[in-house]
Amino acid sequence: MAILEKRRLWLAALIAAAILFPLFVANGYYVHMMTISFIWMIAVYGLNLFAGYTGYLSLAHAGFFAIGAYTLGILTVKAGWPFWLAFAAACLLTTLIGVFVGLVALRTKEHFFAIYTLCVGYIIYLIIDKWDSLTGGVRGFIGIPAPADIGPLSFQTPVAQYYLVLFFLLVVVWIMHRLVYSLTGRTYIAIRNSEELALTLGISTMKNKLASFVLSVFFTSLAGALYASFIRFLGPDIAYVSVMFDFLTYLLVGGIGTLAGPVVGTLLVTFLSQQLQFLQDYRMLIFGPVLTLLIIFYPHGIAGGIIRLKAKRSEARRLQLEATQASAELAAASRQERSERYAKEG
Amino acid sequence: MELFIQQLLNGLTVGSVYSLVALGLTLVYGILHIPNFAHGALYMMGGYVTLTAMTKAGLPYGLAVVVSMAAVGMLGVLMERLVFYPLRDAPPLHDKIAAIGILLFLEAFAQFVWGADYQTMPTPYGDVVSIFGLTLTVQRILIIASAVIIMILLYLFLKKTFIGASIIAMAQNREGANLVGINTNKVAMLTFFLSGSLAALAASLASPINLVFPGMGHLVILKAFVIIILGGMGSIPGAIVGGYILGFSESLGATYVSNDYKDIIAFAILVIILTVKPNGLFAKEGR
Repeated sequence: MAILEKRRLWLAALIAAAILFPLFVANGYYVHMMTISFIWMIAVYGLNLFAGYTGYLSLAHAGFFAIGAYTLGILTVKAGWPFWLAFAAACLLTTLIGVFVGLVALRTKEHFFAIYTLCVGYIIYLIIDKWDSLTGGVRGFIGIPAPADIGPLSFQTPVAQYYLVLFFLLVVVWIMHRLVYSLTGRTYIAIRNSEELALTLGISTMKNKLASFVLSVFFTSLAGALYASFIRFLGPDIAYVSVMFDFLTYLLVGGIGTLAGPVVGTLLVTFLSQQLQFLQDYRMLIFGPVLTLLIIFYPHGIAGGIIRLKAKRSEARRLQLEATQASAELAAASRQERSERYAKEG
Repeated sequence: MELFIQQLLNGLTVGSVYSLVALGLTLVYGILHIPNFAHGALYMMGGYVTLTAMTKAGLPYGLAVVVSMAAVGMLGVLMERLVFYPLRDAPPLHDKIAAIGILLFLEAFAQFVWGADYQTMPTPYGDVVSIFGLTLTVQRILIIASAVIIMILLYLFLKKTFIGASIIAMAQNREGANLVGINTNKVAMLTFFLSGSLAALAASLASPINLVFPGMGHLVILKAFVIIILGGMGSIPGAIVGGYILGFSESLGATYVSNDYKDIIAFAILVIILTVKPNGLFAKEGR
């Protein structure tokens, strides 16, 4: 229980730091960077739910991200819908597409699933790229409005948008937390660990995988819609595989299948990318090998590594405790035996 | 009618290139059961090494292709040793992610060394010949002919030589092959060498028609995956037949349906196949 309390304290401190961040950092650029990182984090949580907890590598998530973003753009600019209606519609439409893709894609397993979703992602990219009249093609899509006011709340300033994105991020983290520690979350983990075993235990794997996939698509589309309203310019690049690989890097550096992973990984990698900005297009010269080395030598990422270290330490402590107890018992037993012997001889 | 036959010939050329790439991919899949997402990067490196050997070292086209095949083959071996071998007992998710890491690295590397520009590869076989009223360049004939020759050689190698048989043995059963004294490490390295060489050959043959650029492997590798799913993962005849099927459907689709969306055809085929048969058309392990 003490550990739980401590974790709660840490969490509260982190949230407080995130809330106070724009008040102390006057530099608009950093606020902008943090907002973008939060948006990536939401998308990475989506990926984490499916790849990390359910064990399926979906390579179509950049495509879903782009569908969410483009739907928001098209609905607000071309169809003239009010912002929040378009926002909800963007998430819903993407989720609906996710249901259909999931229904088909989830019949495949492992490699087939990865290849299938890679192709789905590519189809989405090609459609966005070629459907000039709807998406603007390679020229991109401009003029997306910032989030509309909700009552007295206005989201026109960067700081206000920062808080809006932070709010959504916290909601996503909260949902993830509730989910992972629920029976449903454990079901997903069971599927990840062994789908056959889960099936024999009476778990409907298809239903659970689909639910996990759809929820994960929903998170990603949410991130996409936020991205569209924050950056307010869209190009087909956001559907491209390189965005997918960015998500993967964030997830792996942070720790796949952990709750803290997406936050840690995204912050660290975006911060490092800023430092390595002089490399620009060549940053993959660094991140490519990092990704590969990480998966070979440190597949659990930073958060996963820390969890393992802690588990090992508490295990060691338990063993030590047991050992001292055992030796104490042994000593007591031999003392008793000796005294009995003395009593007999005496 | 003439247009139709011209398109069939186009399909044959494109299909030859696809088949060569898919062969390398299917060989690796058959042996190690990993979908090598970095295969497209090997293809791209093949194009660049040939180009550099021709323009910088002044080698003739034929020799440059051989150099490129050897170099990219070694790159494949290096990949196996440094990345896939240490990951042999890891969950399947890890292989895929590691391959993606290699892909990103090699692409950035190519862009770093050779720049992001599209480059043309000169070919001594640029002449146009006309046979029966059809016009085609010698390069296209070269592509088709060399692809067929290589496929026959590969087939003979796998079926008639001892080393080839050991590759097939390992594809059928890794532990069994190990038990009867086959050095599985050597076979895995050899397979990666072959796979890299085939990719380099395909790229060197196709580059004079297309162009050389860092992203040239993207579409090709995705299509190669479509092909090996079409033909059965790990199946060698399947890769060849699948390559030509895709080549034909693309060149015909580009003419009669839409040139803009011709790249979608492959993925549409894949989506349909996997929708109907989730484990691929010929769902059999190895061969």
